[in-house]
Amino acid sequence: MAFALEITDLKKTYPGGVEALKGISFAVNEGDFYALLGPNGAGKSSTIGIIGSLVTKSSGKVKIFDIDTDGNNEQAKMMLGVVSQEINFSQFEKVIDIVVTQAGFYGISKSEALPRVESIFKRLGLWDKKDVQARTLSGGYKRRLMIAKALVHEPKLLILDEPTAGVDIELRREMWTFLKEINKNGTTIILTTHYLEEAEQLCRNIGIIDGGKIVANTGMKDLLGSLNVQGYVFDLDSPLSEAPEIEGFPLKLEDPLTLIAAVNKDRSINALFEKLSEKGIKVKSMRNESNRLEELFIEMVKK
Amino acid sequence: MKKNFSVSTALWTLTIKEIRRFLRIWVQTLVPPAVTMSLYFVIFGSLIGPRIGSMDGFDYIQFMIPGLIMLSVITNSYNNVVSSFYSVKFQKSIEELLISPMPNWVILLGFVLGGVARGILIGCIVFCVSLIFYPDFTVANPPLTILVLVLTAVLFSLMGFINAVFADSFDDISIIPTFILTPLIYLGGVFYSINILPDMWRNISMANPMLYVVNTFREGMLGVSDVSIYFALGMIFSFIGILTGSCLYLLNKGTGIRQ
Ligand SMILES: Nc1ncnc2c1ncn2[C@@H]1O[C@H](COP(=O)(O)OP(=O)(O)OP(=O)(O)O)[C@@H](O)[C@H]1O
Ligand SMILES: [Mg+2]
Repeated sequence: MAFALEITDLKKTYPGGVEALKGISFAVNEGDFYALLGPNGAGKSSTIGIIGSLVTKSSGKVKIFDIDTDGNNEQAKMMLGVVSQEINFSQFEKVIDIVVTQAGFYGISKSEALPRVESIFKRLGLWDKKDVQARTLSGGYKRRLMIAKALVHEPKLLILDEPTAGVDIELRREMWTFLKEINKNGTTIILTTHYLEEAEQLCRNIGIIDGGKIVANTGMKDLLGSLNVQGYVFDLDSPLSEAPEIEGFPLKLEDPLTLIAAVNKDRSINALFEKLSEKGIKVKSMRNESNRLEELFIEMVKK
Repeated sequence: MKKNFSVSTALWTLTIKEIRRFLRIWVQTLVPPAVTMSLYFVIFGSLIGPRIGSMDGFDYIQFMIPGLIMLSVITNSYNNVVSSFYSVKFQKSIEELLISPMPNWVILLGFVLGGVARGILIGCIVFCVSLIFYPDFTVANPPLTILVLVLTAVLFSLMGFINAVFADSFDDISIIPTFILTPLIYLGGVFYSINILPDMWRNISMANPMLYVVNTFREGMLGVSDVSIYFALGMIFSFIGILTGSCLYLLNKGTGIRQ
């Protein structure tokens, strides 16, 4: 099967010397729903910027549906849609004009673009807002507008950089449904996220990037299965200055009163409680929250 | 499946977007030159002009008209491109262009056409204003006048583009117009013929590129010039060539727009 995206030994050093990407390689199959997971500063946005030719690479290769993005890459660009992490439309224009203009930049005439925009806007709940100035939209609607803009030329590969950051639960679930739907209709989707749950819900395959390197690239199920862990958040009675060391239970202190634990599913959580008591640590309450597992998760994958 | 990309639609979209931008903010873009130029005509043309007498054989107000039109065309073309392209960079909506399949020359041409449209429109507005104050004005050589009008608008749109590429702050987009462009225009024979200057200042003035633009335009409108028209047109064309090359080079390299 053809690759929708193929990245080979991609490196990026920003002016000023930050080595954001230290030679990453991965490929995404056509039709896949792929998650790129990684902590802040891992290099996710840099990778996406290079794919979308918003950032210049230092070296390496990027191919979109087997077309090299170097040189004459018009065909590659026609097949790619990118939703950037940061808002990148003119705040003083009308919502509908922004999307129709973007279509025009792809060589799509206004008369051809309007019906497309109407259907995308209706699907994303933006139709009622089509005539307002973009700057008056709330954050969630600005995100939707970013997505509409990336879809107007009907790309075969859609890349979203943290599309659900700062979006409420309800809208997040709506977006998930929407993304699943367009993926089912044949669009390959890559998204970056900090939420493990999001990746788990949506994606079939996952790449984990940390410090400018790919540390895992595998099937979602395999990864979760092989790790077989649950995330727990403990609210503590009294503050700690550092995470305690407990054999067999990776722990991380999120703040002095919040401890996060990764517990293997075949281990008893009682054992962890005993060990904590022995150290004089009192737990006030406990939540089961895999979302917050991300960083521990990455540490474990690296080992 | 191969989708074809239409360059002409993309160029049209960008150009119309640029024109809509300055029309939308017409109070800031179209009205000020009409007001300032009316003041120039009242003060220098009607009140002081008669005391100055004639310049190169023309009434002073008549002599001033081409100069003031050029002044307006230059500043407006320049400002349109510098402020539009800088704000596109600033708001990150440059990403909308970079992600699209538009080649760099289309991006450049779209912005330049926007600047040219504003320059020409302002030129026409100022000319109409001048007709209120000097209804008998006739254009000596219309084809040359139009040619120089368009070339000037192109030239200064390109300069504005380069300014915007290098600009990192809103200060950077006003420094060059204020400290370089405006003085050169004022000293480039907008208000006087360099023939009235002492030899030394006349020779120094010959090094001012604005002099050629203003005088070629005056040749078109009045039929007089302080410099050779062929030489001046040659200079204008060469400058346009060099600047176009530089703009494309900067865009291809991604200076100021791609990290
Ligand atoms: N324009 C820039 N100039 C210099 N360094 C940069 C620039 N953009 C990003 N970096 C650096 O490159 C590294 C990777 O940044 P990048 O934005 O790709 O991370 P990310 O994985 O998207 O993070 P986040 O989850 O916070 O969005 C970081 O160390 C960042 O500080
Ligand atoms: Mg990012």
